[in-house]
Formats: sequence, structure tokens, C-alpha cells
Amino acid sequence: MSDNHELLLQIKDLTIHYVTESGRVHAVEGLNLELARGETLGFVGETGAGKTTTALGIMRLLPMPPARIESGDIIFEGESLLTKSAAQMRAIRGGKIAMIFQDPMTSLDPVVPVLDQIAEMVELHHKGTKADARKRAGDMLELVGIPRERGSAYPHQFSGGMKQRVVIAIALACDPTLLIADEPTTALDVTIQAQVLELMHQLKEKFRTSMIMITHDLGIVAEMCDKVAIMYAGRVVEYGSTADIYETRLHPYTEGLFNSLPDLDSEQEELKVIHGLMPDPTNLPTGCCFHPRCPYAAEECSKVSPEMTEVSPGHFVACPVRTASFVKN
Amino acid sequence: MLRYIFRRVLFLIPVLVGVAFCVFLLLYLTPGDPAKMVLGDLATEQAIQEFREKEGLNDPFWIRFGKYVYKAVVKGDIGRSYSSKTPVMDELLAAFPATIKLSGFAMFIAVIIGIPCGIISAIKQYSIFDTVTMIFAMIGLSMPVFWLGLLLILLFSVHLRWLPSSGFDTFKAMILPSFALSAQAISMVTRMTRSSMLEVIRADYIRTVRAKGQTERVVIWGHALHNALIPVVTIVGLQFGHLLCGAMLTESIFAVPGVGRLMVTSIMARDYPMVQGAVLFVATAFSFVNLLVDILYAYVDPRIKAQYK
Amino acid sequence: MAEYTEQNEYRKQRGPFAEVMHRLSRSPLAMFGLAFIMLLVFCAVFANWLAPYPFAKQNLLHMFELPSSKYLLGTDEFGRDILSRLIYGARVSLQVGFIAVGISLVVGGLLGAFAGFYGGWLDNLIMRVMDVLLAVPQTLLAIAIAAALGPGLYNLMIAVGISAVPNYARIVRGSVLSIRGMEYVEAARAVGSSDLRIILRHIIPNSMAPIIVQSTLGVASAILNAAGLSFIGLGIQPPNPEWGAMLSGGRQYIRDFPHLTLYPGLAIMLTILALNFLGDGLRDALDPKLKR
Repeated sequence: MSDNHELLLQIKDLTIHYVTESGRVHAVEGLNLELARGETLGFVGETGAGKTTTALGIMRLLPMPPARIESGDIIFEGESLLTKSAAQMRAIRGGKIAMIFQDPMTSLDPVVPVLDQIAEMVELHHKGTKADARKRAGDMLELVGIPRERGSAYPHQFSGGMKQRVVIAIALACDPTLLIADEPTTALDVTIQAQVLELMHQLKEKFRTSMIMITHDLGIVAEMCDKVAIMYAGRVVEYGSTADIYETRLHPYTEGLFNSLPDLDSEQEELKVIHGLMPDPTNLPTGCCFHPRCPYAAEECSKVSPEMTEVSPGHFVACPVRTASFVKN
Repeated sequence: MLRYIFRRVLFLIPVLVGVAFCVFLLLYLTPGDPAKMVLGDLATEQAIQEFREKEGLNDPFWIRFGKYVYKAVVKGDIGRSYSSKTPVMDELLAAFPATIKLSGFAMFIAVIIGIPCGIISAIKQYSIFDTVTMIFAMIGLSMPVFWLGLLLILLFSVHLRWLPSSGFDTFKAMILPSFALSAQAISMVTRMTRSSMLEVIRADYIRTVRAKGQTERVVIWGHALHNALIPVVTIVGLQFGHLLCGAMLTESIFAVPGVGRLMVTSIMARDYPMVQGAVLFVATAFSFVNLLVDILYAYVDPRIKAQYK
Repeated sequence: MAEYTEQNEYRKQRGPFAEVMHRLSRSPLAMFGLAFIMLLVFCAVFANWLAPYPFAKQNLLHMFELPSSKYLLGTDEFGRDILSRLIYGARVSLQVGFIAVGISLVVGGLLGAFAGFYGGWLDNLIMRVMDVLLAVPQTLLAIAIAAALGPGLYNLMIAVGISAVPNYARIVRGSVLSIRGMEYVEAARAVGSSDLRIILRHIIPNSMAPIIVQSTLGVASAILNAAGLSFIGLGIQPPNPEWGAMLSGGRQYIRDFPHLTLYPGLAIMLTILALNFLGDGLRDALDPKLKR
């Protein structure tokens, strides 16, 4: 892929399993991912594909009794995150890598005023007095469009969209190098979604933060992301620039995703769906995980697990069948 | 906030009148003639009639009740004990401090032991500590307080001779009755803290705090604890009621001069004004404690506080 | 009922009772509780055949005997066999426990159901009365009622039963309120079901879970209260064997003959423990959201 020293984040062959009573869940399998500085990567997939697990894995916030990082490595700014001590990780969380979670309604501590919650972040990573931290917290509030005086209010006194702004303020308070946003607008109304995304876009530009945007919404990806990784059943099945993916989608699953979007311009009687269901993560299909639902499936698809191959510079697909037909053209 | 408190106090009044009514009604329906009980079986008919006139026992029910409430509210007079002939209120006020000390100390022990044990059990769920604590909690809930008291006396007073088995004047004398009384409360507080903590630890906002890079200590003992203790506060009020009841039995066993023992002896002696007064007294104390707990709860949980601003 | 799984198999699901029993069986403590209670019921029913001696038979030549092969748990201050009195005592305790809870359930349940279902002034009235009862701590309320009614087994049951009425009224009312608001009740009404039909077919079955749990724990509480009342002299009168009364009787001899108080207390504790385990287990087994 790209040159090592330009890369901010490099995930190599990451495998994460959950060991539960009902079986071993293969949440993430042999994941490879790269992110350069200043880039925004869209991480697309349905619920249960393993996106959040990957994000928590990067932050090393996985609940470790059931979760196990079986193999692979996560390299951030040239250093492996998996070998860092607890104290080192705590410095990184919030300071260098920040995360925004999905549901703003439950992401904030109900008994602490919002200003204090932002100030806590600042105190943890910046030296200075409490007063300094509170001042910076107030600055962050204004930055996300909330009047400073409302800082003494509690989370339940804010609407969903404003709560998410507070969450964004917390995440960006210490100017992190990487921001991981896990479906930040899924729980919000459509109109508020647009506002929050606009805010994130502005702040991203202002702070030059690199971002991983986890979403299942292809529209958001089109607006905000430079690169896209499509995830299915714990594996990345297609990866490339946004232009590549949107114009030349190759993997059958990617194709299925785009096809299921309703099209204003064409006459559609039925929405096109991808047949079948997501596989049971404790009992994945052999070979390519997608083959039971794939319209292009061939003999070998149930036997051999496909490797990511570069079909054009920077565009990778894990499907031998489609790669072959693309190359032929 | 003050309006809320004021309204709650206002609502207490009809409730307490209701309690007085029920107690009055109960005793009104009780078989037996109070005059005979005070004057004895050999009293003359005339003496009995005089007594009935003097005490107003011949008036209709509502007049008797009305007079009782009036005297209680205006003069603080809730009757005179049949046994000791002293005013009920005086005896209750004399006995009250011992009961408060006993219940208070028991509650204190329950909180000091129960909350940390509950927290640690939750953090180390399924560990040996957790299992052992839960077993002890179950046993504490299931043990009758009067039996536990007797066992403690057997062990610490009879066999080991470390602690006295009766009285309440010295600190040493307070230990056994307080611990006996606290057993059930410790168990409830531990279990409640544990289950509340287990829920809170899994909450999304705790994950957010960790994502900030906060130390585990502050995550658990700062954020998680604050949220987890909120439901525990409500338990405290209920527990106080159980403690007052348990105090009755405990005071009997350990000869503690409190309201409980007074009530038990009054029941044996059929001293109805005393029993009546004691029930009313305890109900009032219990209601006020519940009110205090509700206020504390509103203070501690900002979501509730906002409702009553 | 069948359940469709991805592999196209049909797996037969258990009926609701069997499902609950299956989930309950996964908790060893709950199973112990169940077994112990069944043992007690057995003792209560077959006391006449199980007990080596009649419970009132005094033998003043053999007072205060320590446990021996003749008297397995020793004798009390009147020479009565403690084991036999414990076995007959099981009958008394279970009677009081179940009947008291029965009273609370019927009275409290009906009050709560009416309050919840009809709302308005009826709800207000009933709940205010419950508030008055709740202002007095439960055991104290039982004591006050028992003191007024006088001694005796039936008065004990009534006193303990009435003192718990507010608990059941609240639970049933809460259940009724939450179910009333559910959409399937609206749907039933829209189809024209009568009030009674809605109560019988929707509200009662869905309120069962909290009521069952409360009842199990309620029996424990009733037995404990009854023992407490008997301990202070209200309730069961001698020579009737009640565990609390046995404790009270043996109290003065505790220095020299602790076994008089040890065994009855142990019986009470194990019974309450068993019921608590069972109640906790039922709570988990009946909770549809809980997975192990």
C-alpha cells in the first residue's frame, strides 16, 4: 500500500474474537487498513459487520474477558498500540486518538454538568490549572455552537443534537491526531444530522484531524470521506478512494449496497435487496463469507478465502471472480 | 425546591391523621374494658363508671377521636399510660434517644460495610469475594434478628465474656445490639449497591469516560459510584423502617431502654394508650425519615432536582 | 410453537411453565430452595407420621436433655421432643406463610387492580389508604393489628396478611398501569373486547411474573414476621409449636441449654434462606430479557 512513514494508522491482519458461552464470535478477521495523515476514511458496513469492534480495538477499549485480540497489530504513528502499557494507552486515549460514540443520549454522565465533562478531558491531557481547563472547555462549547453559559447544565437538559455536539467538543478538546466517529449521526433526526456533519467537517478542516468515519450511510461517505473501506462479516472486502468505489464498485457486496439505494431518477417498482441474511458470526460460511448471497459465486468461492488484490492503483478488492472480469475489460 | 418540601410536609398531615385514625379504630374494636384493666377486676361498678366518665370513654367514637387529635396537636398530649400513669409523650421522649442511637449506629454500620462490599463485588463479579459476600448477604437477610441477637450473646457474652449482654449505657454495651440489628440492613445495602453498580459499569457513559483516558480508579470510584449510589439512597429510607421494627425485638433481647422495648412491655400489659402513642410516634418518625431521604434523593440526582426547581 | 433457525430446522419450543422450570434449574441455589421447601411441605403434611413424639407431650423426667439417640435434637423445658415440635412447627409456619400471603394477594391484588384499571378518584382513594398503611413500618403494623385482635393462629394470619397488603396493591397496580398502556390492549379494545376479557386474557397473564416473585419472597417475610410476633407473645399460644415461640421459651435457658434456641432459629433461617433463593431464582427465570 502506501509508504510507511506517511501513514498515521496501519492495521495489519487484525483478528478479534469474542469467546462466549454460545460460541466463538469471529468479529474481525484478518483486517488490513491504512490511514494517512489528514485523510478521512469511511468505514462502511451493516450492523454487526465488526466496525465498532475494530474501533474499540484501536482504542483498546474492548471488554477483555469475552474479547480477545487473537493476532495482528495496530500501528499508530509508527508504534504498536498493542504493546503499550495501560498508562501509555490512557495518555493516547483522548490525547492522540479520540472517539465519538453512537448514541448521544447515553454517552454523557447524567450527574455531571457538561462543562465539567469537557474540562475533565482537558485536565487529563494538558498541563495547567483547573481554571485553564474550564476556560478551554468553555471555548470548545462555543466552537460547537453552544453558549458558554449553558455549561453548568446537565446532559438531560439538552436535545439529542446538542448532546452530540457536546460529545464532539469533548473528543476534540485536546486536539487529537485521529478522531474515530462511530455512526455519530445515526441516532439523530435527519435535519440535525446535516448540522452535526457540517460541524464535524468544519472542525476537521480547522484542526486538520485525521478521521475514521464509521457509518452505514453511503451519502455521508460521499460527502466527507477521501477513502472508503467496505466491511462484511469481519473482513474488509473492498478498499479504495471514494471516487474509485463510487464509480467502479467491484465487490458484489458493494454493488449490492449501492443497488439497494432508492434512485429518484429511475422507475423502480421494487427496491433491490441483497438476498439472504448476514451470517451467524459463530458459524461463518467456508471460503468467501459472502458466497451464499453472491450472484457471481463460483465453485472456488466456497473453498478458498479470497485475498485483497490491487485492481488499479489504490483500489483493492477481495473477489477473484470480479477481479478477473474487471481485468479482462 | 422549598415548595416541594413544603408540599410534602403538608401531605404528611392527613397521612398521620389517617394513622392515628387506624390505631384508634383498632383499639376501639379491641375486646376488653380499659376501665377494668386500670382499676383491676375487683373494682366496684361505681369506680368503673367514674373512670369511664373521667376518661371520656362513654362519648361516641368521633368525639373521642376528635378530642384525641386536638389534644395531640395542640397540647402534645397523647394520653396517659395505664401502667405507669405518666403521660405517654414523656415516656416516649425519654425512650426515644436510645432507639435513635441504636438504629443510627446500625444504619451507620450497614452503610460502612455494605457499600464498599457491594462495589468490590460488582467490580470483581464472579470472583471468590463476590460469591462469599453474596452468601453472607443471603444469610444476613434470612436470619431472624432475634435469633442472631441470642447467638451473639451466646458467643460474645456467655462463652467469650468480651461484651455485655444487656444495657446501653457504655459503648461496649452498644456493640452487640447494633450489630445484631444491622445484619439485615448490611445485606440489603450490599445487594442493592452491587446490582446498581453492575448496571452502571456497563453503561455507555462509563465507556466515554474511559475513552477520555481517565484512570480506572476515577472511573469506578468517581463516575460509576456517583451514579450507582442514587438508587441506594432510596433504600436507606426503607431500611430505616425495618430497623425501627427490628429495634423492637433487639431492644427486648438486649434490655435496651428504647421505644421498642417500651412498646413490647406495653402490649404485654395491655397498656393501650401507650401502644397507641408509640405506633403514632414511630409512624411520624418513619415518615419524616422518608421525607428526608426523598429530599436527599432530589439533591443527589440532578434529573430529579430539575423537576422540582 | 416452532422456531425457525437459519439452517431451516424446526426446533420445538417448550411451553411457558416448562421454560421457566428449565431456566430455574440452571441455578443450583434456586433448586436447593425448591427442594427444601418441598421437604418442609412434606413434613407439614405428614407430621403425624414423621414426628417421633406428639408435640405437646411433656415428660418432666427428661427436661433439657441434650441431643441423643432417643431425642434426636434434645428436649425443651417441659421435656418435649424438640425435633417433633420442629416438624409440627413446619406445618404452622407454612400455614401462616401461605395463608397470610393469600390474604395480602387477594385483598391487595384486587385493590391494586381496581386502582390501576379504573384510575381517577378510585385510584386516588385506594392509594391514599395504602399510603397511610405504609406510614407504619410493616412489622410494626402487624404487631399493632395482632395486639388489637388478640392471640391465636388465625389472628396472626390476618395481622401478617393485612400488613403486607400495600406491597401487593402497589405491584399489581403498577403492572396493570403499564400493561394498560400497551398497544395490544388498545388493539383488543379496538376489536371490541370487554373489560373483563381484557383483564383475564391480557392483564393478568402479563402481571404474573412480579406477583410470583413477590409472593415467594412474601411467604418468607410472613414467616419471619409471624416468628417475631410469636417471639414477643402475640400470635400462637402454647403449647402450639411455632418456631418463634420456641425461641422465646428457650431464651431464658440460653446459658446452660442453648440447643433450645439453636434449632428453632436454624429452622427459621433455613426456611427463609430457601424461600429467598427460590424467589431470586424465579425472578431471573421469569425475566425475559435476562440471559445467563
